[in-house]
This record gives sequence, structure tokens and C-alpha cells, in this order.
Amino acid sequence: MPSPLLEVAGLSKRFGGFVALDGIDLAVAEGERVGLIGPNGSGKSTLVNCICGTLVNETGTVRFNGETVDRLLTHERTRRGIARSFQLPRPFTTLTVAGNLRVPLLYTVNARPGHALSPTELDARCAELLELVGLADKATHLPRDLTQVEMRKLELARAMAAEPKLLIADESMAGLSHSEVDDIVGLLIRLNERGITIILIEHIMRAVMKFSQRIIVLVSGKKIADGAPDTVIRDSEVERAYIGQ
Amino acid sequence: MRTPVFFLISIAVAAVVFFAARLVSNDYVFFAGYTVLQFVVLATAWNILGGYTGYVNFGSAAFFALGAYATVFLHKLYPLPIPLLIVTGGIVSGVVGFGMGYLTLRLRGAFFAIATLALAVVLQTLVVNWDYVGGSRGAYIIRPNEIALVGPYIQYLFLLMLALTVFALTIARGIERSQLGYGFATIRDDELAAEASGVPTLRLKLIATTLSGALMGMAGAPFPYYIGYLQPSSAFGLEYAVNSIAMPMIGGTTSWVGPLIGAILLGSLQQIATVTISSAVNLLIVGLLLVAFVIIAPNGIVGLVQGWTRGRAK
Repeated sequence: MPSPLLEVAGLSKRFGGFVALDGIDLAVAEGERVGLIGPNGSGKSTLVNCICGTLVNETGTVRFNGETVDRLLTHERTRRGIARSFQLPRPFTTLTVAGNLRVPLLYTVNARPGHALSPTELDARCAELLELVGLADKATHLPRDLTQVEMRKLELARAMAAEPKLLIADESMAGLSHSEVDDIVGLLIRLNERGITIILIEHIMRAVMKFSQRIIVLVSGKKIADGAPDTVIRDSEVERAYIGQ
Repeated sequence: MRTPVFFLISIAVAAVVFFAARLVSNDYVFFAGYTVLQFVVLATAWNILGGYTGYVNFGSAAFFALGAYATVFLHKLYPLPIPLLIVTGGIVSGVVGFGMGYLTLRLRGAFFAIATLALAVVLQTLVVNWDYVGGSRGAYIIRPNEIALVGPYIQYLFLLMLALTVFALTIARGIERSQLGYGFATIRDDELAAEASGVPTLRLKLIATTLSGALMGMAGAPFPYYIGYLQPSSAFGLEYAVNSIAMPMIGGTTSWVGPLIGAILLGSLQQIATVTISSAVNLLIVGLLLVAFVIIAPNGIVGLVQGWTRGRAK
């Protein structure tokens, strides 16, 4: 296997006396679709926050694209190619839908070395992204006018606008209907086909099974399984954590 | 409209204002107008930090006073022309703004506001105990009666403040339409999401505190020449802190027009109240209006107007 895109080694994070993450090791190869599951409070979001730099891990390292990113701030990691969507959508409420996408274009894409987008290219890129997620007719609306599913799409589109190498979608389908879930899974698979590595954090097993090529299971801050979806869900330890014995 | 065009138009408007004021053959117009303009600059400066990035600064008076005391200090060393003093006042307050930003910007909301208030108290204590600039006694600045080209000195001060107003408004409007404006808005809306979108929030906040502080200092620099006798309690006056918050809030904080409208409206009202009722009524008016606006129109006059036009469009 060539060196992985994302490599987490021995990562631990504690909040006071509570150990949220305990020596996590994982690797994600370029172009992979990985599902990250675990019961509530198992440390999934904390792991995402440590990978993205929102939280600082006490021990262990995060390597991305061959570079140790532990000391980098969140926006620096975003510029290197790690993008995320938030569990609860966090749109920029005073900016329009198109304005929300403009932010990562201006601050991430244009901040990278090379060609900076001109104003017309910016507009075109916003329109293209909105088209991709199906929000083209809402471009001039404020986020408060959007429905839940549209809000989640905006969240994904904003993460996508940063042209990431790795996209981490944190529970982007919670509370959505059956068909809306299919909608988002389809969107994520389309993005993956464009060459983006995706880590999907999700409780909806149907979506996880449909999406993932590999599943990683966290339980109380420890990784207890990592492998092909079919094997992982038959694993007795995973069963115990989810269903109880 | 592009920024250079806006700049030229506002210069034209400023010229009209100046010559219209000259038509009134009464210097009081300039005295009152200077104060109103000074509040336009202060309100605009406050809004760059408080309105655009959402960090409420209660210490405006400190930055204003720093500009004023920089002038007193330099005046004692060697009298310089006022435009130069404005620049130095801006630099001094800008540096302090940067320092304040660096020390406090990991604080949010009420904690940041309290820290700025503390800064004002600390600086006032320092100035009160600094004999060279007059200490608690205050300092006199004798200004000439006349100045070449313009005529009466108060008209010259008015003209300078007018220029500063144009400068501040152009900067504020330029920020709004630039990449910086987008970055500031994301800080106001959601800092975590801003970082995740690649916005270097800490750096942008430092830019905002520096710019905002510098403009306040610039507004304060000519003040000793205007007032003639500067004492700590007048430079650090409550009215500066309160007005520079209230004016943008009443006008509307999301655009450069808000502080302009708010400052002209409140500033003029205060001037009228000072002459007709008493100078003590000033802050009462501000307080009442602020309460009314926070309840009835939380987005200020600009927000009200936008609400109406949007309602009609639908």
C-alpha cells in the first residue's frame, strides 16, 4: 500500500478526567470511502475535531499527505486539504447561500499557491457547486430560508468549495428522511468519484453500509474494529457495543 | 460602485457640506459640525470591530483619548501640523489596538467587552498620573485664531474632520466589499465554521482591532486643538464609549451607512439638546433611544429600511 493520505497514530484526548480518545491508530488511503461509526459519546466527533485542529490532541500525531499537521491551526489544515462539515449545520447566517460558498473559495482556494480565481471565475464556481448539490435556485437566499436537508447540502457544498483532498462528513444525514438520506449518499459517492477521499460519520447504518468501502468502529474512545463492512458488522465486539449482550 | 468612485463622490459631498456651512455666517455651525463628524468617525471605527466582526468594544474612549494625548505629548515636544498629528495619533492607537487584540481576542462576548473596559480604566489611570501631559490638572493647548488659506481655525479643524470622515467611510465601505469583509462577517457569524473554511480568524481580528483603534485615535488627535484645554475626564469621557456603541446600533451595524446615519442623527440631536435644554440631557437621549431601538428595531435604521423594501419586493 502506498503511504496513506491520512494517518493517525496513538492519538489521545482527555477532557479533565474523562478520556475521550485513547490511543487511536488509523490510516485512510487516497480515494477511499471510509465509514466511522460508534455509539453516542464514543469519541467520533472528538476525533474529527482533533484531525481538523479544532481540538488539540495531548498525545499522538496526525499526518496528512506526508506532513505532520499537529501544530497547524484549523485554517492551515483546511488549506492543506482537510475539509469538514459540521454535525449541526453552522452556516454563516448573515451571508447568502452563494456568499457562504464564496468564503472557502476566497480564503482557501485563493490562498493556495498558483492561480487565484477572478471575480467571474468565483461566481462560476459558486454556481457550479450549487448546481452539484441542487441548491442553484437558492443562491441569493439567506440560510434561514433553507430546509434541514438544504442546510446539510449547503454544509457539504461549503466543505467542497475548499477543494479538499479529504472530506469529513460529520453526521450529515441525522434527522433526514429515507429519500433524503439516499440523496446525500448519492452526492457523497459522486464527490468520491471525482477523486475526493471521504470519511463518513453516521448512525444510519443503511447509509453507512451503502457508502463505505471500509468501516472503523469506535467505542468509548477506543478503536475496536476496522475492516470490510460485512465482516465488521458481524464482529462480536461491535455487536456487543451496539446491541448489548 | 468601485471604491475610487465612491471616494471621489464623498469628497464632492464633503466639499458641498463645507461650503454650505460657510454660507451660514456663524462659526457655531463649525463647532457643532466638528463634534458630529467626530462621532461619525468614531462610530465608523467602532463598527469595523463591533459591527463587522461582532466584538463589542467598550473602551472607545481610551483609543480616542490616546490620540488626543499623543497630540498633547507631541505639542509639548515640538508643535507639528495637525495632519501629521492625526497620523501619529492613529499609529499610537493602532499599536495599542493591536496589543489589545493580541492579549484579549481569545476572549469572547462579555469577557472581551469587560477587557476593553478595563483597558480604558488602566489607560486613564496612567494618564492621570503622568505629569508631562498635564496629569489630573489637564493640559492647555493654545491654538492660533487664523490659518492661511482657510481662515478661522475652527473651519480648518472642521475641514480636517471632514476629510477624516471621508477617509473612514471609504475604508469601511471598502472592507465591506472586499475579501476582508467576507472574512469579518464569518467571524461574526461562526468562528469555528470560519476557521474550517480557511479563514485565519485570529489574524483578521487583529486587523480589525488595529484599524478600529487607529481610526479612533485619528478622531481624537485634533481634539486638544478643538477643546483648548484637555483633561483626562473629558478625553476619557463616558459619552465617547457610549456614543460610539449607540450610534452604529441605532443606525445599523451591518453596513457603513448605519454608523453614518446613527452618528448624524444622534450627534445633531445632542447638539440641539445642548443648546436648547442642557448638556446633561445628552446621554439621557442616547440611553432612551438605544433602549427603544434595541427593542423595536434591533438591526437599526438600515435594518428597518431593508425590511420595508424586502416586504414590498415580496
